[in-house]
Amino acid sequence: MRLLTELQWSPYVVGIGIGILSWLSFLILRNPLSCSTSFAKTSGMIERLLRGKKVAEKPYYQKIKLSINWQWMLVLGIVFGSLLSAALSGDFSWKWVPALWQEQFGSSPFIRLIGAMLGGIFLGFGARWAGGCTSGHGISGTMQLTISSWISAIFFFVGGIITAFFMFGLVR
Amino acid sequence: MFKNKQSIKNPISPLILGFIFGIVFGFLLQKGGVTKYDVIVGQLLLTDFTVLKIMLSAVMVGMPGVYLMEHWGWVQLHPKSGSLGKNVIGGLIFGVGFALLGYCPGTIAGAIGNGYLDAATGGLIGIWIGTGIFAALYPKLNEGILKVGDFGDITLPELLKINKWIGIIAVEGLILALLLWLENLGL
Repeated sequence: MRLLTELQWSPYVVGIGIGILSWLSFLILRNPLSCSTSFAKTSGMIERLLRGKKVAEKPYYQKIKLSINWQWMLVLGIVFGSLLSAALSGDFSWKWVPALWQEQFGSSPFIRLIGAMLGGIFLGFGARWAGGCTSGHGISGTMQLTISSWISAIFFFVGGIITAFFMFGLVR
Repeated sequence: MFKNKQSIKNPISPLILGFIFGIVFGFLLQKGGVTKYDVIVGQLLLTDFTVLKIMLSAVMVGMPGVYLMEHWGWVQLHPKSGSLGKNVIGGLIFGVGFALLGYCPGTIAGAIGNGYLDAATGGLIGIWIGTGIFAALYPKLNEGILKVGDFGDITLPELLKINKWIGIIAVEGLILALLLWLENLGL
């Protein structure tokens, strides 16, 4: 199967694949594809491990439940699916600093680590604030024509584009 | 008891199914190139439109299928409810993180599988901290800003009071026009 070892597929092939996966997700998982709640669950589970059972009583954790569900396994599956794809095409590599970041901010892994962590804080906080991420709102919600998802998806990009333009010195 | 009921209805556990779906999803994301910081930030810098092309073609294919299956009674829709305070402000905060981190919650899992250590360390820990802060602030936010401008789980055809199939065809046409325009521009 040469297709499986190719470095990159057309974005349209990938998009069609994700679209069909969405049908099956509704049909078989009885839920749309989504990711970000699982990160909140893991965060809560880690905090429960460190600070005891009381953590699970927080209203937010009562709402999302601190247990492993299909979506948590989906996120774990993404790690392995990506690993499989990268291994088949020889695209797997250990890397600290992405090329585009390095051009602008240098090759220090430490600086990149701080940037990634700061970004992660905003991303995690914002995903929970908006009630979804690029998958749950951006793909699954928009295909259901949900207003909350279209607004979220548009503002993900508005916020992202403005921040990226500032980071890369295109606005002054 | 609940477990029994589940296993009668569905011979494979939802956990295993979720994992299998994840493998396929992750495989597609990696083949699409969106497990890479450069591709995602390239989109936000408007120089690489891979992310938008993947998302919009997924929506174009997914939407009619999901609505048809709902029409036939095979599936239920799961529209998320929202508000201006929730989706506009939350979206903007997410966007800041999107650009700084260069991955989103789905693609960071893919980036980890791709071997990217910035994702596996700082990025992942950051997301956990961010969601943890939200969980701590949730009771206050939920009584305040998240309620501002509430519009519920309304969909576009409901908002415009049009037939849902007309809404679907219109959105399909708009997305197709946008994709063709991007291709025309050579992006």
